[in-house]
Amino acid sequence: MEIVIAFLFILGVALIAGILLLIFSHFFFVEKDPLERAVRECLPGINCGACGYKGCDDYAAALAGGGVKPNLCIPGAQRASDEISSILGIEKVEVEDKVAFVACNGHCEATAPVAHYEGVQSCRAASMLFGGPEACRFGCLGFGDCAAVCPSNAICLADGIAHVDTSRCLGCGRCAQTCPKQIISMLPQEAAVAVMCSNQQKGADARKVCKNACIACRKCEKKCPSGAIAVKDNLAVIDYTKCTRCGLCVGECPTGCLKNVFFPDIPEDCSSKELLE
Amino acid sequence: MEQFKILIVILLSSVFVDNYVLCRFLGICPFLGVSKKLNQAVGMGVAVTVVMLLATAVTWPIQHLVLNALGLGYLQNIVFILIIATLVQILEMLLRRLSPALYTGLGVYLPLITTNCAVLGVTINNINDGYSFVESAASALGCGLGFLLAMVLFSGLRSRIDETNIPAPFRGLAVTLIAASFISLAFMGFGGIVENIFA
Repeated sequence: MEIVIAFLFILGVALIAGILLLIFSHFFFVEKDPLERAVRECLPGINCGACGYKGCDDYAAALAGGGVKPNLCIPGAQRASDEISSILGIEKVEVEDKVAFVACNGHCEATAPVAHYEGVQSCRAASMLFGGPEACRFGCLGFGDCAAVCPSNAICLADGIAHVDTSRCLGCGRCAQTCPKQIISMLPQEAAVAVMCSNQQKGADARKVCKNACIACRKCEKKCPSGAIAVKDNLAVIDYTKCTRCGLCVGECPTGCLKNVFFPDIPEDCSSKELLE
Repeated sequence: MEQFKILIVILLSSVFVDNYVLCRFLGICPFLGVSKKLNQAVGMGVAVTVVMLLATAVTWPIQHLVLNALGLGYLQNIVFILIIATLVQILEMLLRRLSPALYTGLGVYLPLITTNCAVLGVTINNINDGYSFVESAASALGCGLGFLLAMVLFSGLRSRIDETNIPAPFRGLAVTLIAASFISLAFMGFGGIVENIFA
């Protein structure tokens, strides 16, 4: 009998609490800014954080507040930016499309691990243990922390390194933040060539740990007609404001680490999250 | 006068001796989560103080007039959780509607306090210690101020930690917890002081 009374009592308290909340939420309802709601509807709502705000709601609130550029949403691209600027009545701005790029070509044939790692299968964990099992301490570890955070399944793992499917990449930059080796960079959408190596060791040492490493031979630097390539810290760096996308450097590279990024040769057996499911 | 003395002792001892965060280890979650910056720490501390006072003001009568009268004292925990959660939600709605300025300052911390164990702990301990209504209010105010004090002290310490070069294995949560344990040790030193102030 007592248990029934206790049960009914709690039920009664919960009911009163619920009714009170209902009454208060009805009488003290705060209408959201209609401008903010309209802006929010232009945004894709995937909360990727590429704009630098806490999510689409936060960015919409900042836009409605004024003084914020409408072109920060990367997944929404030009369409979202144009719609937002017409709603807010401000000048249209061009969106800088970005795309993720993994600067490592150390696949299984080019380099090999020097240790056998049996710990937690994540790049973050592996890199904490003496920088990971790979011979090259700059390269991709291949456990796929980047693929795990990718909201659009654009990253797949094959031959021990991560590959980005540029047609799917939203450009949110989450993978670049996640990578413990910091080898993922966000390139401009129109970039044609990129350096597929992050090794800052001297040429001979880099060559020792990976066949495909940039050996800082400066052939590309000399070949480039527009002076867009410079070797810095034993690594070729491309200045995309100067690059004319002629592609001359690609053939010049002796180790093949300069690649045409927008025709990425993704292996067929590439395992993405989606395929695994 | 005697009554006033008792209130002062309750207030001071709940700030220093029985500090909820540092001596009773309740409310550790907001203590570690929102203590990175001073202004956030103050906002959270003030919000907790207000909610503790309000929750005590509501739960004390309910315990003595409803639960004890019906012989349902053992339902204390569940009923208090329900009441505090509802109270905080209502407070949030009221603040958002009536004072948007205060809401931006305090309101964002209110959802974090909805099911905070420090608030529940204060209300239950007030009943267990057999305090009167006024004594309970003094105790709740003291516990809130103690929480605020702990938050402010710790945010200062954390801003120093941020600027220091810490060995890699200790970075992040590890050094934060170690620092928290030192503050806690320091507060243990207050034990037995307040009771003897008026002796």
